[in-house]
Amino acid sequence: MSEGTRLENANPVIFQRSGERVQTASEEDEDVHDPIDDREIFDILSINDPEHPLSLEELNVVEQVRVKVNDAENTVGVEFTPTIPHCSMATLIGLSIKVKLLRSLPDRFKIDVCITPGTHASEEAVNKQLADKERVAAALENASLLEVVNQCLSTRSI
Amino acid sequence: MAAESTLALSLVEEFVSGLQDSKAKDAAKGVKDGKFTVLQLVEALGSSLTSSQPHTRARGVHLLSEVLQECYGDLTEREVEVLIAFYENRLKDHYVVTPPVLKGLKALTKCTNLPPGSAVSMLRSVFQDIHVQVRLSYCTFKLKGLGADFVFGFVQSMDGERDPRNLLLAFQIAKNLIHGGYDLGKFTEELFEVTSCYFPIDFSPPPNDPHGITREELVQALRAVLTGTPKFAEFLLPLLIEKLDSDVQSAKLDSLQTLAACVSQYEHKHVAEFLQGLWTSVRREVFQTSSEKIESAGLAALTALTSCLSRSVLSSDSEDSLSTFLDFILKDCKHHLCEPDLKLVWPSAKLLQAACSASTRASHIITVAVMPSLLEQYNNRTQCSHRRTLLEVVQRFIHSVKNCQSSDNDESVLLAFREALCSIVFSALSESNSSLQITATSVLTSLAQQAGLLVESDIELALDHLTRLLLTEEDDRVSLAVVECAGALAQLHPALVITKLIPKLKKEMFTEPMNQDQEEVSELHSHHAVRQRCLSALAAVSIQPSVVQESTPVLLEVLRSAHTGSVNFSVDEVVLTCRSLQRIAERVQDSEEAGRCFHDVFIPHLLSLALQAALQAYFLMRCVWLPFRLAGQTASRAVSLFLDGDVSFLPDNSFPSHMQLLKVLSGDSWSLSRLVCLLMGSVCSLPRSVEVPQIDKLLSALEEMSCACSHPLSYTSAAKCFAGLVNKKPQVSVSSSGDSLDSLIQRMMKRVCSELDSPSSSVRTQAFTLMIWVAKALLLRYHPLFTTLTDKLFSLLDDADLGPMAADGFSLLMSDSTDVLNRACHADVRIMYRQRFFSENSAKLVQGFNAAPQGREKKPNYLKALSNIVNKLPKQVQVTELPALLSLLLEALSCPDQDIHLSTLSCLEPVLVNPPQVLIQQLEALINRLLALISSPAMSVRIASLSCISTLSHFPVHEVLPFRARVLRALAKPLDDKKRLVRREAVQARGEWFLLGSPGGR
Repeated sequence: MSEGTRLENANPVIFQRSGERVQTASEEDEDVHDPIDDREIFDILSINDPEHPLSLEELNVVEQVRVKVNDAENTVGVEFTPTIPHCSMATLIGLSIKVKLLRSLPDRFKIDVCITPGTHASEEAVNKQLADKERVAAALENASLLEVVNQCLSTRSI
Repeated sequence: MAAESTLALSLVEEFVSGLQDSKAKDAAKGVKDGKFTVLQLVEALGSSLTSSQPHTRARGVHLLSEVLQECYGDLTEREVEVLIAFYENRLKDHYVVTPPVLKGLKALTKCTNLPPGSAVSMLRSVFQDIHVQVRLSYCTFKLKGLGADFVFGFVQSMDGERDPRNLLLAFQIAKNLIHGGYDLGKFTEELFEVTSCYFPIDFSPPPNDPHGITREELVQALRAVLTGTPKFAEFLLPLLIEKLDSDVQSAKLDSLQTLAACVSQYEHKHVAEFLQGLWTSVRREVFQTSSEKIESAGLAALTALTSCLSRSVLSSDSEDSLSTFLDFILKDCKHHLCEPDLKLVWPSAKLLQAACSASTRASHIITVAVMPSLLEQYNNRTQCSHRRTLLEVVQRFIHSVKNCQSSDNDESVLLAFREALCSIVFSALSESNSSLQITATSVLTSLAQQAGLLVESDIELALDHLTRLLLTEEDDRVSLAVVECAGALAQLHPALVITKLIPKLKKEMFTEPMNQDQEEVSELHSHHAVRQRCLSALAAVSIQPSVVQESTPVLLEVLRSAHTGSVNFSVDEVVLTCRSLQRIAERVQDSEEAGRCFHDVFIPHLLSLALQAALQAYFLMRCVWLPFRLAGQTASRAVSLFLDGDVSFLPDNSFPSHMQLLKVLSGDSWSLSRLVCLLMGSVCSLPRSVEVPQIDKLLSALEEMSCACSHPLSYTSAAKCFAGLVNKKPQVSVSSSGDSLDSLIQRMMKRVCSELDSPSSSVRTQAFTLMIWVAKALLLRYHPLFTTLTDKLFSLLDDADLGPMAADGFSLLMSDSTDVLNRACHADVRIMYRQRFFSENSAKLVQGFNAAPQGREKKPNYLKALSNIVNKLPKQVQVTELPALLSLLLEALSCPDQDIHLSTLSCLEPVLVNPPQVLIQQLEALINRLLALISSPAMSVRIASLSCISTLSHFPVHEVLPFRARVLRALAKPLDDKKRLVRREAVQARGEWFLLGSPGGR
């Protein structure tokens, strides 16, 4: 992370961003109830990558097809794909996604964040960590960890 | 003799001890007039020059220098020699003596009879003894012919210089040395070394630097030195190649820019031996660059280099360095164009194009080498995305070839490829892929813009393709590109467009959908879309007058047949036709010929159509108002039509004569009165210099109509028209019989007030409308009677019925109106009328608010009026004025009206970005009110308040941190809002507040 160390994946493939969501007439209508949908969650997740000056979307870590939300049953499931199978940042990225969702969604939702099956060497361990409420809470007590997470979540000032 | 020396002595005494500066002038005059010689002066100075006090010595030298400055012309060679010896000696003296010594030396250098060799010895001693700062400011005097010695001295003196001020001066001197034709001799390399060691400049001025020297200034000054002479080429080019290898971005950029600048001076023999190295470096930068700046600098350098090579005259035995260089480029780049994955195709293409655009010769060589393989590639590829990329590359080539084509009638480089290019463009146009089609249209446009490239049959074929696309292609982007391309073709080949394109479009528009009876909705819909595209294409091609004359009749015919019902056009289509006419009208404004055609043929037709339509109560005219410049003649016709019912100038004259268009008729017959908006269109857009005929009669008719008519559009238009005329009416009437403006307004006000003051009157709204429009007209021209109207307006804020309307009226006063009273209509609009209105009336508003009875429905009117005014003020003024009004605005946030909430929030938001101290003191109140508004029933208010809350998080941390927990709790609720737009804003705001005071956040 610091300047001196080499990046694990110095030259990632960059994907095009999907562009702004098109605003529909029903969204502007006061009386219509807009359910929370996949795209909305996906837009919330425009988080910076801890290593690169790019968003997770541009690195294809988060894709809209891997975001599943059920507004009626109060569940959100997000699968993310590390850029390389042995990426040490996987836990950190998962944690950032989880924190961002916790901060941005009503507390009626149950949030499930895990690695896209078959894309990481230590997939199970990371998934287990992310699913454990206690461990997530403990991680956020750690000031230096919280600092990195907050950096990922701050809007980029360009 | 004794008298002379005493005179000199007394002058010296007074200057040196008496410190009277004016005596220097007297002494100089004495020498000039021959009262005493310089030698005698020196003798008189004797004691002061040998004094033990350095200040006295300085004073003495000062006097001598002043005198020498005045009369250096009269000195003999011998005297000069003695004086120079003296001054050189003095240089070794105390530092306070130095400035006058230098002054004296400067005066001596101007002597015409300078002894040979003395300048050299002078300079040598100057360089030896003086410390840098002063030295450099001294060097600026011109000594040609000193040659190498001077250069050497200069080099020595600036070596190791660090102060940016001196460096800037030194660079300028070096530049003068180079440009002034000094013989650099064997010190060329030294001079280069001593300046180039600063390259690339790495300098960041200290904060609050008093000298204000910027990095950019230093960079420019140094670049001027380094690129100043071809003699530096052998040193500079290797340096640049070396610096291009550096990792520092600014060094690369500087090197590339310097390269581009220097080669403009060089000839091919200077660069020949470095070509390979330069090319490798530039290629690397363009291929691997991370920044667009460096890439474009690299390409510019390549272009400059190529044009340098193309410029130089070849001798018979030297090799053609241009073709050698282009060979390098082609060898490295060409194969990338043919790689199967097309990965490096863009950088290679850019490099090739940069070289290509440098000169005609380069473009010949490169095009001949590259174009065939590109064309072949295109034909071999089957994937649309690849084809598109190739087509884009081709377009860039066409473009760069165009750039370098000289004006003389050279045959176009591309002529050889005309057929092949046309065939790929047409094949791309017939593909089904939309992005390929779009690219093909832009290639077609660039091809057409190459003078003399395409022959008539090509254009015809192209127009056929475009027409086909227009009629069949559903994709909006494609039809937009096609319309644009058709416009470009029409600009260049009007005749062909008239014969090929317009008849087809016309035919298509007038065909009825086939199976109308079966009511196939999709069929109808697509037919509608085709007509729309035809209409916009017609508008786009109407650029040349000849095309306009063909296309407008078609549009008029559409209107006419829509009106008679002979062909079925929907209302949308008619509106679009009018829009197209409007677009054409806006474009032809400037052209004399087409403009006349418009006035003579087109406007009468339109007016007559509008009239016919109105007589049959048809809803057409709303869109036909004419926002363009009418000549006085047309205006007078319009006025006589409306006032007198004169229909003689209209075509197909079938109207009842003497219609009373401005008479208020009873009941529902407003179909005619509605036409007053046409009148408004024609008379209110006239320049102020054109006099409107029968203006007094017209004004009183309009006043009558606006006060008495019951149809909203009619009375509003009449009021606007009245206001538009009032705004332009001269203060004193030109004809003596007419009313003056003041009496006119007073008469109108009397009538309006009498209506407004009687609560039972049925036309209060009409009277109010007239008043507010006239008020706007007067506000814009700073008319003194304006205050009468505003006072009335303020008093209406307390009115039970008209209060809300009056509050909204302020928004009308402050905003620009689109159809009348704007600068495009030549209205009299003074600058900063909004600020003026605000500063004159904000106090009244605050007063009125405080005086208004509590608990009634009236306070909100004041708040609304205030927020309407503040909202329209320029942001800079808002920011400075708001603190005074803050408590009122906070009050506005807690009143029940949602419109007020919204406009107040939109006023507050820009202020929150740079919060004034007053606002921070009221933070608690502000946050309370904003948090309350999160649950407003109107979603726009919820969104605005959330975005204000988000901005609050950027306040100084210690001020807002205490509210963090409360705000976060409050923001949890809108996360589950039923509207997505609100949720988005809430997510944003909550995220920002979470970061507040958290490690890694803020």
